Amino acid sequence: MSSKAMLNYILSRLVSALFVILGVVFIVFMLIHMVPGDPVEVMLGESATSIDREALRHSLGLDKPLWQQFYLFLHGLIHFDLGHSLHSKQAISDIISARIAPTVELAMASLLVALVIAFPLGIIAALKKDQFADAAAMSFSLLGVSIPNFLMGPLLILFFSVLLGWLPVSGKSGVTSLVLPALTLGSALAAVLSRMIRASILEVLNEDYIRTAQAKGLSRARIIGLHALRNAMLPVITLIGLQIGALLAGAVITEIVFSWPGIGQLTIESIQKRDYPVVQACILLISITYVVVNTLTDIVYGLLDPRIRLG
Amino acid sequence: MKSFLQAITSLRFSAKITFSVLILGLWLLMVLAVPFMDLHPNEIVLEKILHSADLQSVSGFGFLGYDDLGRALFDRLIVGAYTSFTVTFGVIFISLLIGTLIGVISGYAGGHWDHFIIRVIDVFMAFPGILLAIALAGLMGPGITNVIIALSIVSWVGYARLSRAQVMAIKQREHVQSAKALGASHARIIVWHILPLIMAPLLIEFTFGVASVIIAEAGLSFLGLGVQAPEASWGSMIRDGSQYLLMAPHMVLVPGIALMLVVLAVNMLGDAVRDKLDVKAAQ
Repeated sequence: MSSKAMLNYILSRLVSALFVILGVVFIVFMLIHMVPGDPVEVMLGESATSIDREALRHSLGLDKPLWQQFYLFLHGLIHFDLGHSLHSKQAISDIISARIAPTVELAMASLLVALVIAFPLGIIAALKKDQFADAAAMSFSLLGVSIPNFLMGPLLILFFSVLLGWLPVSGKSGVTSLVLPALTLGSALAAVLSRMIRASILEVLNEDYIRTAQAKGLSRARIIGLHALRNAMLPVITLIGLQIGALLAGAVITEIVFSWPGIGQLTIESIQKRDYPVVQACILLISITYVVVNTLTDIVYGLLDPRIRLG
Repeated sequence: MKSFLQAITSLRFSAKITFSVLILGLWLLMVLAVPFMDLHPNEIVLEKILHSADLQSVSGFGFLGYDDLGRALFDRLIVGAYTSFTVTFGVIFISLLIGTLIGVISGYAGGHWDHFIIRVIDVFMAFPGILLAIALAGLMGPGITNVIIALSIVSWVGYARLSRAQVMAIKQREHVQSAKALGASHARIIVWHILPLIMAPLLIEFTFGVASVIIAEAGLSFLGLGVQAPEASWGSMIRDGSQYLLMAPHMVLVPGIALMLVVLAVNMLGDAVRDKLDVKAAQ
């Protein structure tokens, strides 16, 4: 492919991502107007004086016309000025940046858990299609899909912490405290991924080049390792990219289950404290991360597979 | 349409489907039985606090144990089933109706309108999972109506995207072109020549949609953003129970197993329907 076509492809992905991000910002901006009644009164409580209310209304820009409010919101965002927490008065950017590392840590560990479980499961299921191993692997996967994080978490705590006493129940203290949250979040992802890996390999096994390899008398290990897996992995990479979003959303609930001090816990805490600017900032951060990861996945996939960018 | 009906009626009652139908039937039975049962989901029995199974219970429904306030888990389980069903039914009804309507019109009309809709769909898809629902429910405040609104705002997109893609493909087909050439109205073409053909993929999306709404409602309630206390939801029961794992694991296990079985049943049914209809093009 010419470098010009490649550049065009990348540019078009970036432009559409920019549109999506703008839309996301608009929806998150509108969230504050979904609060029933007067959002200022809800945030400050009934005991607040009218001077305090007007001060907050002014500082949030709620006394201005809608389009001006949106302009100010966008303006602040571009300059990384997210405003201040209503509760602690700290800059929201400071509050959030302290919570990013734990969430990234949890997401990475969960991804690792998911890959370690999903690949063997998916590959075995595909190679032993319609046999016992396939049925067992897919039943496990179906079970995983059907147990939500907020149930898997307590079940794992019950087994590993309460019954066996091996791992801490919750909180963040050392590596051992990461095991159960990562297992909770990772197993759900593993359940989805193993099905996709199985499907992807089965599709590839029907291709002509696999039959050619068989006809050439190559060993089964060689056919699977060199020909099937390599080609089956391409769509799987995209699927993993798309699942990062599920991972981030699932992290919100998992962090609550294990009192894990990340962005998800901050989101729910802020909802409870009615600290809506912080809620907005958290939702924005998670969704924009999701859009960026998806766009990068799209671009990488396009660069790897010429059928996509030319199609 | 005929092949669609044939596929549905020819679903063989394998072990998986029997299991699904049994569990879902039981769920429905629990929901329908609510008005006829003498339930006391909020009645506090102090001496029963955190008690597990109580087979000698005189009041009848003590056999699943009691929670941290001494409320019978059986009664709360049934009320929770009702909550879960109401929310699921409401969300699926609203989002299926609105989503399909927007998707079909958008795909059929094409042009600027379609261009705008696809952008809107992209924006809604940019919020991972139930994150937007968490924010909406959190800001609108708890309560079953707000949960239904929040989850509908998130769920319509899937139906819209699917039906739009389906209509885009089908409207090029010969039978639609010939209906158009014969002078059929747009409404007639959509209702008689397009809708029947998109039923199969929509049914699959619907089945898996049910599973995700059940989980989402329980998830919101788990986070304290769903039904108001003391109303019962399986999610809020799991949250209450997770504080007492050491002393009363049955508080998590009872609603947890119920939730898991229902979701598992729906997913298995979805798998069976998908395998039967095999609409790969829909994905």
